Amino acid sequence: MERPLTVAVTGLNATDNPGPGVSVIRSLRLHPDFDGRIVGLAYDTLDPGIYARDLVDDVFIIPYPSQGPAALEARLRHIKERVGLDVVLPTLDSELASFIALEPVLEELDVGSFLPTHKQLDLRSKVHLSTFGESAGIKVPPSKVVSSVEDLYRIHEEVAYPFFIKGVYYGATLVRSVDEAVRAFHGVVARWGYPVIVQAFVQGDELDVVAVGDGEGGLVGALPMKKTFITDKGKGWAGIAIKDPELIELTRSFVAALNWRGPCEVEVIKDADGAYHLIEVNPRFPAWTYLSAGAGINLPYAVVRLAAGLPVEPMHDYEVGKMFVRISLDQIADLADFQAVTTHGELLSQRGED
Amino acid sequence: MTRPVYERPILIRHQSGMMNKFSRVQAMRPLTHIDGVSVDELVATYGSPLFAFSEKTLVSKFRELRDAFTQRYPRVRIAWSYKTNYLDGICRVFHREGAYAEVVSEFELDKALHLGVPAEQVHFNGPYKPESALEKALPGGTTIHIDHFDELALAEEVAARHGIRPEVAIRLNLSAEAVPAWSRFGFNLESGQALDAVKRLVGGDRLELKGLHCHIGTFILDEGPYREAAAKISRFANELRERFDITLSFVDLGGGFASPNTLKGQYLPGDQVAPSFSRYAEGIVEGLSELDYSPQEMPTLVLETGRALVDEAGYLIASVHANKRLADGRRAVVLDAGVNSLFTSFWYNHEIVPAQEFRGVPEPTVIYGPLCMNIDVVRDTMLFPQLKVGERVVFRNVGAYNVTQWMQFITYRPSVVLIGPDGRHGLLRRPEQLQSIISHEEMPEWL
Amino acid sequence: MDATAKLKDLAVSDTGFVFDPYSGSTFSANEAGMKILEGLKQGLSRAEIVFALEEHFEVRGDDLARDLDEFVLLLRRNQLVPADFSLS
Repeated sequence: MERPLTVAVTGLNATDNPGPGVSVIRSLRLHPDFDGRIVGLAYDTLDPGIYARDLVDDVFIIPYPSQGPAALEARLRHIKERVGLDVVLPTLDSELASFIALEPVLEELDVGSFLPTHKQLDLRSKVHLSTFGESAGIKVPPSKVVSSVEDLYRIHEEVAYPFFIKGVYYGATLVRSVDEAVRAFHGVVARWGYPVIVQAFVQGDELDVVAVGDGEGGLVGALPMKKTFITDKGKGWAGIAIKDPELIELTRSFVAALNWRGPCEVEVIKDADGAYHLIEVNPRFPAWTYLSAGAGINLPYAVVRLAAGLPVEPMHDYEVGKMFVRISLDQIADLADFQAVTTHGELLSQRGED
Repeated sequence: MTRPVYERPILIRHQSGMMNKFSRVQAMRPLTHIDGVSVDELVATYGSPLFAFSEKTLVSKFRELRDAFTQRYPRVRIAWSYKTNYLDGICRVFHREGAYAEVVSEFELDKALHLGVPAEQVHFNGPYKPESALEKALPGGTTIHIDHFDELALAEEVAARHGIRPEVAIRLNLSAEAVPAWSRFGFNLESGQALDAVKRLVGGDRLELKGLHCHIGTFILDEGPYREAAAKISRFANELRERFDITLSFVDLGGGFASPNTLKGQYLPGDQVAPSFSRYAEGIVEGLSELDYSPQEMPTLVLETGRALVDEAGYLIASVHANKRLADGRRAVVLDAGVNSLFTSFWYNHEIVPAQEFRGVPEPTVIYGPLCMNIDVVRDTMLFPQLKVGERVVFRNVGAYNVTQWMQFITYRPSVVLIGPDGRHGLLRRPEQLQSIISHEEMPEWL
Repeated sequence: MDATAKLKDLAVSDTGFVFDPYSGSTFSANEAGMKILEGLKQGLSRAEIVFALEEHFEVRGDDLARDLDEFVLLLRRNQLVPADFSLS
């Protein structure tokens, strides 16, 4: 019998553009063998996941990634001391670099993690994806990195309209004209800085896979999904687990080519001829990760075990046809909780404590 | 019972996205000493504001760069990029370590020669080398990096006049991965222009082509483009050998390595994203492996690293002149140093730390310089602790481009000081005074 | 409504968390800010508040009256006191 683990999860921003944290936490809670504690790590005092008191035991505000790893290190040391930590599971793109930089510190604190390396992160980045795809024999739509608006005025010579404007970390806007492109460019730069990626639009069905690589080239598990309901903001609000061995093979070759370590979301377009085009690889769990737990391959739980140094068997069988249908839900929160998060930056499960 | 120490009263309205109090400020430590010398002592000796350079850091960065490359490649030369910082004292530190000089104007060439750098240890770059400059450079044995066809013709003329056959390089521009070609400098590789230049040079038979040079850009945060540039140069060098039997003695990959500064518009802090010298070295040396040269004839790899060598060694010490509250509730600090001294504040969100112990809640603060000009913002809003009038702050990583691009505008430029490895310190440049400025002015006789 | 009536409804916790029940806005104040709010609630004058600050804190060459005026400006901007409020 293994001892219960205390697992910290980030990405509690379950907004209309949700971070994956709550979905990951619910997956862990769903697993019959998980009896540990959950520590939520949030960036904003109004991150909705903070107030999901049935899911999250303790909550701590942590510094934004833009503050650099030293600030995060100080905070993690405090949290470790305060409530103990066995595993930390970052779920947002922008924070990964900091957590990877802190791996030696995590090790020293005896906190497990299961993260990709800087190099893996770089190679799958939007900037380098097409180069990587070429070498791994995976089709990637033509893309171009732009670092000034002027570049956009001639970009159609290389990438035809319509195309996507993407930020380094998040965001993809389909644009049809130079005006739209310029507008989207400024929006992305304001939020995420340079560079900006222009990616050709490929007609077809968008399919997503949530997967975990074991860091040695092996695939721990993968679940392909097709979105069945997309909001006007382009977010999948419902989806269904599909049977797609070819897509799983593509995911397997991605994981093998990079020795990918940790969770990822693989986004592809399947065109009318049935060919797959790799659009993006996100180095983290997607917000719909809970479907993997619901369909029988609980990937977040697998990652927690891997991070804690426990063995995990590859998982192949999932229930095709399982669906997720998202719901928005108004939680009731106490001003006292909000006050605790605001003034102390922490909200612990044991009440009456100051 | 001791009473709590007073801090100015604050009231911060909670706004979503603005309420994370766990910032860099929490990890911020005051910088009271630079290489063991107290900031107070420096200000007492030289006044405020002042630039201070750490000789220790200059030397250690130089050696770090040299070692990163020599571990991977047999012949490496670092040419100190004068335009980054051409104070005599700074240049001397690098020359003592074995650096050549990389100059981009006749003025910089004069400065290097005046410092005692042998003419043949100077690489002369840039699009503007007038006849007078070539007259100085070519007979002296300085290697010029030819930028355009007109310069090629002029260089041949000068060579003929002196009856010499100078060794030269040509500058290429090329596109490498995401980095678009800086096509205004040198000859374009992809379009065949570079090959035309070589044909023209070989046909003219007055100059000896010994080097290829390319500088892909500035503040490149990724070693990938260097790998590709080095590979392209290598393939071009192979072609030159095959077609014209030219064996190069050097290839020059220029500069452009990033420092730990954070560019405006960059999400993650610079110290987190700037690649190490080792990563750059790995990329470049990997690219150079495409050279079809035997180990004995491998060309020298020339680097013109400027910013990444000197930025970290430079500090700007400034004093708080006033505290203000802006109409939108932000705190504002007026310092005695502005954009006239700290030119790079137009590009970077500089890291600023207090020079003394501080307490209290950090507040969103904008930091202004002393100029009566709206543009004089040395740091956009950042979380910063409260400081009192007369207390000091230190800007880090300001060694590159400031003491060359600073402006004499509205006020004088401050002292620049070097801190030696043994705690000694001395002036690199005296502060300007009225006489420094008006000594160059004339009064037309009818006034 | 007079100035102190609204201030009296302002909930100030001992950690400096401030809640304005009329607007729903929340704020953080530091210790000096809390001390001033306390004085304002009691209807103290400018001089009395400055005195209270001097008594409570160890003051090292700060201009308390100026800081107090600046703080009142912040209260006005956040509509925690009427727009025409000023300390006597």
